[in-house]
Amino acid sequence: MALYSETVMDHFLHPRNVGSIEDADGVGEVGNAKCGDIMKLYLKIENGIIEDAKFETFGCGSAIASSSIATEMIKGKSVDEAMKLTNREVVDALGGLPAHKLHCSVLADESIKAAIKDYYDRTGVAYDPADFPAASCAHCHE
Amino acid sequence: MIYADNAATTKPSKAVIEAMLPYFEEVYGNPSSLHTPGQKAAEALQLAREKIAACLGASPKEITFTSGGSEADNQALRSAAYLGKRNGKTHILSTAFEHHAVLHTLKALEKEGFTVELLPVSPEGLVTAEQVETAIREDTCLVSVMFAQNEIGTIQPIGEIGEVCHRHGVLFHTDAVQAAGHIAIDVRDLNVDLLSLSAHKFHGPKGVGALYARSGIRLSSIIEGGAQERGKRAGTENLPAIVGMAKALEDATAHLEENAQKVTALRERLIEGLSKIPHSALNGDRYARVPGTVNFCFEGIEGESLLLLLDMAGIAASSGSACTSGSLDPSHVLLAIGRPHEVAHGSLRLSLSEENTDEDVDTILKEVPRVVEYLRSMSPVWKDLVAGKRKFIL
Repeated sequence: MALYSETVMDHFLHPRNVGSIEDADGVGEVGNAKCGDIMKLYLKIENGIIEDAKFETFGCGSAIASSSIATEMIKGKSVDEAMKLTNREVVDALGGLPAHKLHCSVLADESIKAAIKDYYDRTGVAYDPADFPAASCAHCHE
Repeated sequence: MIYADNAATTKPSKAVIEAMLPYFEEVYGNPSSLHTPGQKAAEALQLAREKIAACLGASPKEITFTSGGSEADNQALRSAAYLGKRNGKTHILSTAFEHHAVLHTLKALEKEGFTVELLPVSPEGLVTAEQVETAIREDTCLVSVMFAQNEIGTIQPIGEIGEVCHRHGVLFHTDAVQAAGHIAIDVRDLNVDLLSLSAHKFHGPKGVGALYARSGIRLSSIIEGGAQERGKRAGTENLPAIVGMAKALEDATAHLEENAQKVTALRERLIEGLSKIPHSALNGDRYARVPGTVNFCFEGIEGESLLLLLDMAGIAASSGSACTSGSLDPSHVLLAIGRPHEVAHGSLRLSLSEENTDEDVDTILKEVPRVVEYLRSMSPVWKDLVAGKRKFIL
């Protein structure tokens, strides 16, 4: 069996929504170059709806694929819906990830939350900080 | 597919496969059996032992067959450690960038009460005999330094280290898995007491290796059972593989000079070409390296995605990135030569053999820069580097 599912390879080889958004309403960057992966997510939000999402990722195949599919999964969704996206849903949409790559899906999830938090901060929306646990480098022991 | 991962394993040569076939189809006796089929197998076993010994400047009884380089390393280290312990010597000297077969065995020996000291290596990926000499203590029983580094390809001054060890009466082991069949080895000239090798690194079959132990060094068994290998390695000998290994080492030794010349020329082209990629760096000394191995770090990208894209482009290579190893840390070798984590993640090892061609190098030199540039174009790290928000390391 190949290391990655067909969906992972498809998103890795043909990543959707790569790039940045100049006038983004929310930007989230998570991960650490030392750990070997960084995801940066840009959101364009209008009337509470994610109109556009783009990403830049430094990382392995599954990190790039996770970012790519995550942008697809949140585009057109409301901010509230995007907040509910879990890393499990990202993994399932990818058709699974090897166990030691699951943290890549966590990073995708964390990057979405970081970008939404940035959006809330910029627009002065009140939120419960508990909904935004500090983007951890939990997968990385350093 | 361009196969540029010969440090991982090599393609068994046709001659090797042909040499092995009769030992599946005709000479299938057990070398321990008294009957004629068994004795034919025993003869072939002895012949293989003689051939391998001859290639190393050893005598046949100094060769023990193992399941590969890892087992040979395990047995060499444990044997030397236990011999030392009998004389009250429990200090072992090695280096920070040994193969895990050595490092993990040393960890296990530490738990048994041995003191292990790992020498730091230079940014060029080298240790010196002076370092070894300075670190040798009254209670040092063993020095283990690899012959050629498996990830970056640097060749260590084995002869000089052997001389130091010999002078101090300390046993000297070298993991020669990446060297055997690629660099001339004479165990007597080099003052090596124990040497490990693995057949599949020089176009032999997988699952077989050998341990050279200088006459007089009592080996400890790792695998207990029957009296094969003079009681030092139980289990019916893998005769087809052993015959294949002997053939492979004989061929490699016979063509050593011409292969080295050809592969070195290809390697030099690779180094020159890849050096043109901005913010890249060769890992390991420019010249003190095995003919085929080249290892580079490219800043701002991660190695696994690089490998996957090269694979799609028809190039098989490897990387020291954490993501390729299933562990969390990048290569201990790249960290040992002083590469920071963020740069070590972006490493690429290309290892050539005499089967590679100039056209292969042309393709690699076309594809690697393209893939590096593509990955950098989507990398937030690269973007920050270019914007001056993050400092270039390379």
